Amino acid sequence: MRSIRAAATGAVTLSLVLAASACGGGSSTGGGSNDSPKTLTYWASNQGASIEIDKKVLQPELDKFEKQTGIEVKLEVVPWSDLLNRILTATTSGQGPDVLNIGNTWSASLQATGALLPWDAQNFSKIGGKDRFVDSALGSTGVPGQDPAAVPLYSMAYALYYNKQIFADAGIAKPPATWAELVADGKKIQAKGKQVLGAEGANVSENIHHIFVFAKQHGADFFTADGKPDFTNPKVVDAVKQYVDLMAKDKAIPAGNAEYAQNQSVSDFAKGKTAMLLWQSASANLKSQGMSEDAYGIAPVPVQSGTPGTGTQVNSMVAGINLAVFKNTDNLDGAAKFVKFMTSDEEQKILNKAYSSIPPVKTAQADAAFTAPANAVLKDTLARSAAALPQVPDESQFETAVGTAVKELFADAAAGRAVTTESVKAKLEKAQQQMPAK
Amino acid sequence: MTTTAAEPAVRKNSPGAAPSGTPRRRTGRIRRIGLPYLLLLPALVLELLVHLVPMVIGIVMSFKQLTQFYIRDWGTAPWSGLDNYKVSVDFDAPVGEALLHSFLVTVGFTLLSVGLCWLIGTAAAVFMQDTFRGRGLLRTLFLVPYALPVYTAVITWVFMFQHDNGLVNHVLHDQLHLTDEPSFWLIGDNSFWALLTVSVWKGWPFAFLIVMAGLQNIPGELYEAAALDGAGMWQQIRRITLPSLRPVNQVLVLVLFLWTFNDFNTPYVMFGKAAPQAADLISVHIYQASFVTWNFGTGSAMSVLLLLFLLLVTGVYLAVTSRGRRTADA
Repeated sequence: MRSIRAAATGAVTLSLVLAASACGGGSSTGGGSNDSPKTLTYWASNQGASIEIDKKVLQPELDKFEKQTGIEVKLEVVPWSDLLNRILTATTSGQGPDVLNIGNTWSASLQATGALLPWDAQNFSKIGGKDRFVDSALGSTGVPGQDPAAVPLYSMAYALYYNKQIFADAGIAKPPATWAELVADGKKIQAKGKQVLGAEGANVSENIHHIFVFAKQHGADFFTADGKPDFTNPKVVDAVKQYVDLMAKDKAIPAGNAEYAQNQSVSDFAKGKTAMLLWQSASANLKSQGMSEDAYGIAPVPVQSGTPGTGTQVNSMVAGINLAVFKNTDNLDGAAKFVKFMTSDEEQKILNKAYSSIPPVKTAQADAAFTAPANAVLKDTLARSAAALPQVPDESQFETAVGTAVKELFADAAAGRAVTTESVKAKLEKAQQQMPAK
Repeated sequence: MTTTAAEPAVRKNSPGAAPSGTPRRRTGRIRRIGLPYLLLLPALVLELLVHLVPMVIGIVMSFKQLTQFYIRDWGTAPWSGLDNYKVSVDFDAPVGEALLHSFLVTVGFTLLSVGLCWLIGTAAAVFMQDTFRGRGLLRTLFLVPYALPVYTAVITWVFMFQHDNGLVNHVLHDQLHLTDEPSFWLIGDNSFWALLTVSVWKGWPFAFLIVMAGLQNIPGELYEAAALDGAGMWQQIRRITLPSLRPVNQVLVLVLFLWTFNDFNTPYVMFGKAAPQAADLISVHIYQASFVTWNFGTGSAMSVLLLLFLLLVTGVYLAVTSRGRRTADA
């Protein structure tokens, strides 16, 4: 009996070792092929109010593409909570889609994995050339100086959405142009029993987007020129503190928002509970929540003083979605055709209208739909006063580490604990230590 | 363990082995010995594929410097020897310090959760021993948390724990006036207690179910005899119920411990990718260390350390409890 058991254990161990070594290689297949020219798999990000809405928007366009080229596109809309994990898994296993949407801030990180097809001059020529796209959007497609890892698909920018009724009731004539004005207006709004400014305090990415802008306005960057984290730079500390102080000191952001992470602040705004919201391309979302377009106004995000522009007058990140091709696709030509189709003038107009975003394609931007007042602010911001988040391979880690630090600072503020320069610096120092060693 | 020696003797006399003649007896013997292995084979193969192979790959990964630059072809990731382990257990540096903090939080959380689950489950099972009207209904009701899908149940708790319009604050603050201000349950220090509440709520019905099954095996005569000897209810529980439940409890506590210690769904659904410090359970912490920071080597090393710890605890636990039982048997 004992010997049989020993033999069985031996067999199990041996097969394990064999299986492990067989699986251990990973996939080393480099470039793509054209082995299956008739189908494509496409992972779309969730741009509409729900995944169902996205399917309704995209499917007719994909059918159109099939009619034109005979290539069937299998669509999957992946929720934001899963998208990056799915991409990482696909990268590791080599079993991924042919074409996919990525958040443009991930471009440099994903570029470093080598899983995405680089858009060199030759590839760009297949879709009509690099100069069809606006520069600000191209700035968020990978590490500067390298071939882009993706091409811009939808562009978005932050704006200040404000409730016209609450502003009128509080006797505020125009939306605040500076943070000081915003805080002052907040006092009037609170006097009317309304909340001032909505925020997603527990949403790591939202936190990053805002403190990035504050850092720019303080003339600071989170990374040094050679890509090293510089989170404890006094200007960065001041910038982060100014954002958290909107809750801690100025009481403009309600304490309850410290735990928001599922777009509750958008619902609060749509329901008329909060007077202002800093959001990117919120129109479609607000509409789906039953807020009519006449009920709110759109203004540029406030600055420290003066008017939005470049340098310290930046008031938004370049937000958006890029379209990428998996390097090991088995339909290389089909994927290029699909990217060309999605970035064509006609599709750009249809899709960006549906998602209330701005086309990153110059010729499509000229369409009347994107010069209407609602979109004019977003377009102007993108053109004049938006900056790209750091295009460094560690961007994802940066978002997590620093975004979590801000979440913890909001939690402190909400619990009534003091937020001081020292406490902000300590949190940022901890975040910096968590970054990969160079 | 005393019964095992008797078993072969019984088997030899079983009807299947009765006919005489050596060759037939030998094939019969092979069949007898082989059959259990044959029956185990499908499970073994699946176990190998689903559990053991990924585990071994995970162990291999823990010795590699597997960052975003290598995940596409992780065979080429450089070997890093014990570096990932050194980083994980260097408690003076931020990564190790955070891991240690998370480990201690998890230990405290698990001890409290398992203790409360066991206590509530056992108490409920003992009180439900006697028949009374509506017992079946109550038993069913008690099992509801265990039967609900985890995600649905936990997300409902998240709604209840919300600061502005959650039920918990409504009751504690608005109605009972127990707190001066509405508390935060999903961020900050209270998150530990929120997590513990959900974990106990979700876990105790299992303890209840198992203890209830164990109670069915205690002969009623024992209680009658004890009652005749003048033992009160508390004495009956102490002298009859608990000792009789010993083998059941031994398994129950171990299983609860392993489940709770490794629980990923509850904290992940409650807090998302960035758990509050006070409720930073180790499973989510390791997930964050690997998936969110894209350093799968360090994440794997942490997982292996966790595996070793759990193996050690399980081993010591089984050794101690079975020694205890042997002494009791002797």
